[in-house]
Amino acid sequence: MTKTKEKSLYSVWFVVPSLAIFLIFFLWPVISSLYYSMTVWNFETATFNGLENYKLFFTDPAMSSSVPHTLLYAFATSGLKVVLAFFIAIFLTSSIKTKGFIRSAVFFPNLVSTMAVGLTFAYMMHPTKGLLNVAIQGLGGKPVDFLGDPKVALWGIILSDVWKGLSISVVIYIAGIQSIDQSYYEAASIDGANWWQQITNVTLPLVAPAQNSIIILSLIGGLRTFDLIWAMTGGGPGFATDVLASVIYKQYAAGFYGLSTAGNVVMLILISIIAFPLQHFLNKREEAIR
Amino acid sequence: MEGKKRRNQIIGDIVGLILTAVIFLIPFYFMFVQSIKSKKEANRLSIAWPTELHFENYLEVIKHGNYQLVTAFKNSAILTVFTVLGLIVTGAMAGYVIQRRKGKLMTTIQSVIMLGLMIPASILPTIRMLQSMGIYKTMFSMVMIEIALQTPFTIMLYRGFMSSIPVDLEEAASIDGCNRWQIFQKVIFPLLKPIQATIIILVGVQTFNDFTNPLYFLPGAANTTVQLTLYNYKGQLGNNYNLLFADIIIITVPMLILFLFFNKRIVAGMVAGAVKG
Repeated sequence: MTKTKEKSLYSVWFVVPSLAIFLIFFLWPVISSLYYSMTVWNFETATFNGLENYKLFFTDPAMSSSVPHTLLYAFATSGLKVVLAFFIAIFLTSSIKTKGFIRSAVFFPNLVSTMAVGLTFAYMMHPTKGLLNVAIQGLGGKPVDFLGDPKVALWGIILSDVWKGLSISVVIYIAGIQSIDQSYYEAASIDGANWWQQITNVTLPLVAPAQNSIIILSLIGGLRTFDLIWAMTGGGPGFATDVLASVIYKQYAAGFYGLSTAGNVVMLILISIIAFPLQHFLNKREEAIR
Repeated sequence: MEGKKRRNQIIGDIVGLILTAVIFLIPFYFMFVQSIKSKKEANRLSIAWPTELHFENYLEVIKHGNYQLVTAFKNSAILTVFTVLGLIVTGAMAGYVIQRRKGKLMTTIQSVIMLGLMIPASILPTIRMLQSMGIYKTMFSMVMIEIALQTPFTIMLYRGFMSSIPVDLEEAASIDGCNRWQIFQKVIFPLLKPIQATIIILVGVQTFNDFTNPLYFLPGAANTTVQLTLYNYKGQLGNNYNLLFADIIIITVPMLILFLFFNKRIVAGMVAGAVKG
């Protein structure tokens, strides 16, 4: 089609409503946050104070510790989802008869609100009466204070996150596995590859595009996470489970708007320096396999 | 050999079902039994079936705080409906033209919008902007923010789907004398039905389940949404776990109904949204 025809058929104006809403209600605040993060402000007046907010953010352990927590949370949830979902997807694409039911059961948590899941799991992780501890004790183990012990609290939330979010990864893997041409498996089995070799040498490399989507999606989701943590621990005990998003909320609630915005910018930078290069790297890897 | 394969399959079925039941169904069962227990029994947090059933918990939690839950459902419904409507119209228009027109301008617009898939929203600058526009704490601004946040994802889905619609249709319509708006409205929009359904469901679920954004941008008792009732009731109801879980069930049931009807479409949409087009 010629350029002029393209222009006569498709008006740029069609993009304007979307673009305007996006620029005004999303991108402009993001850009202005760079300035507000370097001020002391109360919405009305903003006084420039350079990098003071960032200094404070990184020297006060109540805030700075949120960075490693966020990273641990994001990489742990993402890693667990990438690995567990792969095996579940393999299982659900085999000749199992009940896969329709299992798939639905695995998928449904994804539609339940994070608040509801968070509260339910918080009660299931109760240090003495909670279901998980009743089970652990029943098996002869020692009860774990999942959400009260600073050393394990973040892992308690990570487990809940994986439970809720696993299904997206599973369905993406399933779509990836189903798009693999059967002839690859036939060729592999003629070459004498057993079941496990077929998985590692055929399935795994060929689901790379699906896997890359899962890695990026779950990692970004993890880096931004707020509601599950807020529902389960509110950042506690102490600030053992505080992540960037919960620090942003806490500083806002405490009235330190500049500081809160600085936290927001730290999150922006953290996601950018992780997600963009990672995506670049994964795309390269994908091309290399092809 | 065949016999062994069959046996493996049956073992797989059994193990799969048991694991699924233990890991994925027990939490839902727990939610449900908690919601129909007496206060005292709910406090034990066990999965035992209650000695007597208290379905009136549901009524009680609905009445709580002067029917706050009813207000919340009304607000969430308004928010969800308008967000969905807004996104369907603006997203379809944008996705259509972005997919059809090539050139620097469109590529730039597209990459700018796709930034929204990665970078997080800046919350306080948004509040400050809403205040200066005089629309903070209004349903209108909440809808606009939901639309803005979900625009990148929506456009990505529309754009992906548009590439399967042949260009000939628009050219034929143009020869028949349709103008640009008529081509979109009469020819393209009706063809987008399958992806519309997916987007309605995904955006609907996302908006209905959103907790964080209403927490920041729509505070106040009159503005409360369903997810915020959960958060507020956790504090207000104290040890009335049975009522809290009744609220959880009331909020979860609409999703369950949706899932039972649109299972396939939801799953397909999630996959389409994740695999880049």
